[in-house]
Amino acid sequence: MLDFLHANLSYILSGISVGGQYALIAIGYTMVYGILRLINFAHGDVFMCAGLMMVYLSATLPVTVTIPLVLVMTVVLGFLIERAAYKPLRTAPRMSVMISAIGISYLLQNAALYFTGGLAKVYPSIPWLSQTVTIWGSTTKMVTVVTPVLTLVLVILLSLLIKYTKVGMAMRAVSKDFETSRLMGIQINTVISVTFVIGSFLAAVGSMLYFTNYASVTPVSGSMPGLKCFVAAVFGGIGSIPGAVIGAFIIGIAENIIKGGSSIFGFGGSGWTTFSDAFTFALLIIILVVKPTGLFGEKSTDKA
Amino acid sequence: MSETILSIRDLKVNYGGIEAVKGISFDVPKGDIVTLIGANGAGKSSTLRAIVGLVKPKSGVIAFEGENIAGKDTTNIVSRGITLVPEGRRIFPDLTVYENLRVGAYMRSDDIAPDVNWVYELFPRLKERSWQPGGTLSGGEQQMLAVGRALMSRPKLMMMDEPSLGLAPLIVRDIFSIIKEINKRGVTILLIEQNANMALSTADTGYVLETGRITMSGAGKELLVNEAVKAAYLGT
Repeated sequence: MLDFLHANLSYILSGISVGGQYALIAIGYTMVYGILRLINFAHGDVFMCAGLMMVYLSATLPVTVTIPLVLVMTVVLGFLIERAAYKPLRTAPRMSVMISAIGISYLLQNAALYFTGGLAKVYPSIPWLSQTVTIWGSTTKMVTVVTPVLTLVLVILLSLLIKYTKVGMAMRAVSKDFETSRLMGIQINTVISVTFVIGSFLAAVGSMLYFTNYASVTPVSGSMPGLKCFVAAVFGGIGSIPGAVIGAFIIGIAENIIKGGSSIFGFGGSGWTTFSDAFTFALLIIILVVKPTGLFGEKSTDKA
Repeated sequence: MSETILSIRDLKVNYGGIEAVKGISFDVPKGDIVTLIGANGAGKSSTLRAIVGLVKPKSGVIAFEGENIAGKDTTNIVSRGITLVPEGRRIFPDLTVYENLRVGAYMRSDDIAPDVNWVYELFPRLKERSWQPGGTLSGGEQQMLAVGRALMSRPKLMMMDEPSLGLAPLIVRDIFSIIKEINKRGVTILLIEQNANMALSTADTGYVLETGRITMSGAGKELLVNEAVKAAYLGT
């Protein structure tokens, strides 16, 4: 067992790292779903936009300025999307909001296509994160080590916020019952905005870690990670934050172990890599068939 | 003649495309218990929902402490001192009993401990269960929690939508005796009920609502012995 771990450490490490990056994105899906019962299809594209903002801003500004600036701008983007495209549809059928989300997704992709001319943009290297480190014989970037730690710290902070603060309590109340929350004097729209702000912030952090690993951003860079994180959220039980985090780590690790298939399973050569994405979606189908509510999902997903 | 806290004039409310409330007027004197009784679909709930701003009234005046609040948003109305204990209790099942009470005090920024203690005094059962999720309580306990939660906002006017619905007769009696106790502390109560007997024997004033119109009114004790009311609502 130890030999197996040692031999495949690099895959497992990068799996944990990617898992952490997925977790940061998946939380945005699951929180928005928890409150609005909306699958925010634009979330992956917000993540991509955070990547592009970093590319363009770091061309003229130092990294110490761009990092906070990208965080703030992504939060503003998430906030504005909610206000412009979802809030006016608050009383509309849920399907309308979903279509609006798909519209925003394509709008962001096309805007990105316009600005980039469709070319892959090289992601700036964030000095400390891009350093290489050696752990137990495996060489990897610092970001691989930083990601799971940072992810756990952020998840713990988020859990504390939800459990102990007034706005966290309001979020839990609103996610159960809009009308009664209004009767308590809670401003529903403020709570929903806070949810989008938190989700976008985490997606921006995720984008910095993710693109440091992958080195380039294209207009469709948000699609695949977005979809996988959505699967992670469904796998964990959409609406549940711990579920999304665990689902994201499982998908990240499994995906990378499959990529390392040739050395792990001892056959198949590099051919396994091709199937790493397929695995994620096979998992989605299996979960939907066997346990549609996911690992930690509630039984009923509909609000009265 | 005591001061009027809530005054409704010619209120019309639509519900699901039809006019559920067809122009009603009534007054709630400060410090009283007033009840609206009537059958299912008579427009009772729509009236309360319009007062608290969950639905916008079609027309009419809702004057609270002399100011027209018709059409204002719920947060604004709640901040003036109106609260609604909703039909079906609607406690937050995942929040603990204590957190449900805290949510009830959401708009306040002062110390809520004295109010929590008062609610625990009124309902000792809630104190025993303060760390339990609201969803694990029995129906009667949930009703107590819904009332307690409403009190946390320090309301001047507490409106209650069918507090006896689905509860055992003994528990209904408890709830009504606590309503009287809350009223004695100076909270004006507007109560709507299908349980006309209980409501009219508790209330100072009663109004009978039939298909969106007020057809009778009078002191609670008078309506209780009124032949027409007896035939229609008291089943005697």
